[in-house]
Amino acid sequence: MSPPGMDPSTAEVGQPMHKKSVLELRDVNIYYSEKRAVNNVSFNIRRNKITAIIGPSGCGKSTLLRSLNRMNDFVEGARVEGELLFGNENLYGSDVDPVEVRRRIGMVFQKPNPFPKSIYDNIAWGPKINGYKDSTDELVERSLKQAALWEEVKDRLHDSALNLSGGQQQRLCIARALAMEPEVLLMDEPCSALDPISTSHIEDLMFELKEQYTIVIVTHNMQQAARISDYTAFMEMGDLIEFNVTKRIFTRPAIKRTEEYVTGRFG
Amino acid sequence: MTKTTETAQAGELISPAFDSQASIKKSGVRWGEFVIKGWLGVCALISILTTAAIVFLLLKETFNFFENVSPGEFFLGTTWTPLFEPSSFGVLPLVWGTMLVTVGAALIAIPTGLASAIYLSEYASDRVRRIIKPVLELLAGIPTVVYGYFALTFVTPMLRNIFPDLQVFNALSAAIVVGIMVLPMVATLSDNALRAVPVSLRQGAYALGATSYEVTTRVVVPAGLSGVMASFLLAISRAIGETMAVTLAAGQTPNLSLSMFESIQTMTSYIVQVSLGDTPTGGVAYQTLFAVATLLFAITLTINIISQIILNRFREVYD
Amino acid sequence: MAFSSTEQEKLNLARRHRKARLFSRFCGAITWSGVLLLAVLLYQVSIEGFHWLDWQFVDSFPSRFPERAGVKSALVGTLWLIILVAMISIPVGVSTALYLEEFAGKGRIAKIIEVNIANLAGVPSIVYGILGLAVFVRYMLLERSLISGALTMSLLILPVIIIASREAIKTVPQSIRYAAYSLGATKWQTTWAHVLPASFPGIMTGVILALSRAIGETAPLIMIGANTFVAFLPEGPMDAFTALPIQIYNWVSRPQEEFHELAAAGIIILLAVLLIMNATAIYIRNKTERRLK
Repeated sequence: MSPPGMDPSTAEVGQPMHKKSVLELRDVNIYYSEKRAVNNVSFNIRRNKITAIIGPSGCGKSTLLRSLNRMNDFVEGARVEGELLFGNENLYGSDVDPVEVRRRIGMVFQKPNPFPKSIYDNIAWGPKINGYKDSTDELVERSLKQAALWEEVKDRLHDSALNLSGGQQQRLCIARALAMEPEVLLMDEPCSALDPISTSHIEDLMFELKEQYTIVIVTHNMQQAARISDYTAFMEMGDLIEFNVTKRIFTRPAIKRTEEYVTGRFG
Repeated sequence: MTKTTETAQAGELISPAFDSQASIKKSGVRWGEFVIKGWLGVCALISILTTAAIVFLLLKETFNFFENVSPGEFFLGTTWTPLFEPSSFGVLPLVWGTMLVTVGAALIAIPTGLASAIYLSEYASDRVRRIIKPVLELLAGIPTVVYGYFALTFVTPMLRNIFPDLQVFNALSAAIVVGIMVLPMVATLSDNALRAVPVSLRQGAYALGATSYEVTTRVVVPAGLSGVMASFLLAISRAIGETMAVTLAAGQTPNLSLSMFESIQTMTSYIVQVSLGDTPTGGVAYQTLFAVATLLFAITLTINIISQIILNRFREVYD
Repeated sequence: MAFSSTEQEKLNLARRHRKARLFSRFCGAITWSGVLLLAVLLYQVSIEGFHWLDWQFVDSFPSRFPERAGVKSALVGTLWLIILVAMISIPVGVSTALYLEEFAGKGRIAKIIEVNIANLAGVPSIVYGILGLAVFVRYMLLERSLISGALTMSLLILPVIIIASREAIKTVPQSIRYAAYSLGATKWQTTWAHVLPASFPGIMTGVILALSRAIGETAPLIMIGANTFVAFLPEGPMDAFTALPIQIYNWVSRPQEEFHELAAAGIIILLAVLLIMNATAIYIRNKTERRLK
């Protein structure tokens, strides 16, 4: 079910992380008040790989993703149990600063949400408030190039970000997240609000980003997961049904339910 | 700021401008956030302190007052001459004066305000709305002393042409002017309430072959009734608390007569009268100020609370 | 039940339609008569007071003699009040709104504060006057000064500013905040850099509305003892003062016709001040709204 060396259930509590994983989930349960949205999920996120989380609507994948950078803290009544290890520390430890977590684990949201400011300020703001001292011009150019947006906007950096098209705005949001140089980039259905051309631009982008960053993407588009991800986690109703190398999940899944989902028999 | 031991070699970050290998543990309290949250909280506390101060002040002197004057005399007495000898402390004339003006104002403001609201939300085009809405805002923004002036120099002389018996200071002019003053409030709040009624409700009724009159009176207004009634109550509360316009228009004669053509005194104008005069601090006459103010406060607070309850109770329907 | 179209039914329908038409015309007439009323009021004020409006009127102190009387001290007092009240009530009001919307959560304390503010908004202005008299004038020994008046008025309009600011802050989309948090920003960093600028136009509108109300109020100032006959200009916040509404009230209360005309002139000045304030607000709001688009 899990690739060799990736099976977190053999890791005992307190054991250090596997040297190739950047995030490890061990027996993670997430509750909204009394209702349990994620049940006992365990898997590892491998460095410099793209891990996709797929599943039908309401299966808890977005909830799980949001717990990786403590964005669930903003939901009333949300509670996380279990271990989410990052740098051998539990993300939900009692003396952990969520602001620090979010510095190092970035997020791109479903609907592009640029600030109502200029393109330049959108990208420069995050690093600046976090103490960035070097040249912001270089930072902005670098981030926009990484997000494959530089050529299109280099002459109008001080225009409002809201004047960009949907696909451009989403790439701006990616550039903005990358400017913080996060170790992990979380993407919550980043293409679902975009047209197919923008979607393919962003998918190409993700292949390039993989070399420097680790990406976790939630998507309801199975073909997208099959195209771009290295590992795939399939969830249903809060349970992790199967986690494996993407090729296996889509060609020879070990669990029948997985096969039913990826062949489109439900969801 | 320790580097984690398990850092892989692949995936070097481009520019180590951040110390991004630092621990995610808290490195001390964020003092800036703490101070700012403290300041914001203190500001929020000021509103609580204000209420506490009002209640404390009013009640303290009112208790002192009731040590000198029996509640029975205060609440049931029909003569109010606290500043003269022989002094009498029956508050009913003041309450009656307030009521005369308020009821009169309500009779003017409520029907016309509601009719305007209906016109604005159900019949008026956008262009008309863009004219009327600012007019309502202007009417609402006119200082109360201007309404007092209007009463004395325009309304009263005009009424005296029709009713020669009308005194210069009278309750009718005050009622009219206060009515005009709270009319925009009724209109605006009711308009908001009616516009909040979903279009689908109206369309359903029209589809059954109802006329606009029937849809408005039997579907829209009942649906928005909570907001409409809340607006009535708020307007009444405002009318009760109105000071300058009634003082100028109705004079300062406590009076239990049924006639609106005579001068009366409201609770509010009595309070102004005392503070403009030379009443010595600490005497019973001074304490009457607080007793009347407490009564005024209690009445308006009760009405406001009722209107809030009505608003909240029925707001769930659409959410 | 058969729905045959009898003559009776046709008559009924006609009557119902007639009723609907009458009703809509009735409502329209009432509404437009409100506009007419405003016009009458402004006209009345103008013809009464216009001929008193000249530079001498603005530049003179009040006097027993109508020809020599003017609004100088009252106008200066009102301008002082605008500035002082703005300086006190805007920071406190906006801070309270920010606290309630961004920092306080949904607990009991926040609910209590919210209900409390809604109640304070409905308290008659004269009660604030009594509060100001007891706390600022007597207890804090600030005497019958500009600062006492300003503090009293600030308390009066604080609920209005808070409620309007909260509405403005609520309209900022949650997605903006989430974007900021996801970059590792604290609550205050997010509030300062994104929430406040986005809600600025709405806050500005609310503030100007509140200040307009403060300028027009008379009763609280009378309670704290703003003198009705002030023949000098205040030079600092601790000085005694008068204000336009008080001067107008004083003139209206006199029996002589000329003083009523003076009052009308004073009203014109007061309305002019209000007009300028509101126009400034609309201008600022339009400029900031456009910048955000």
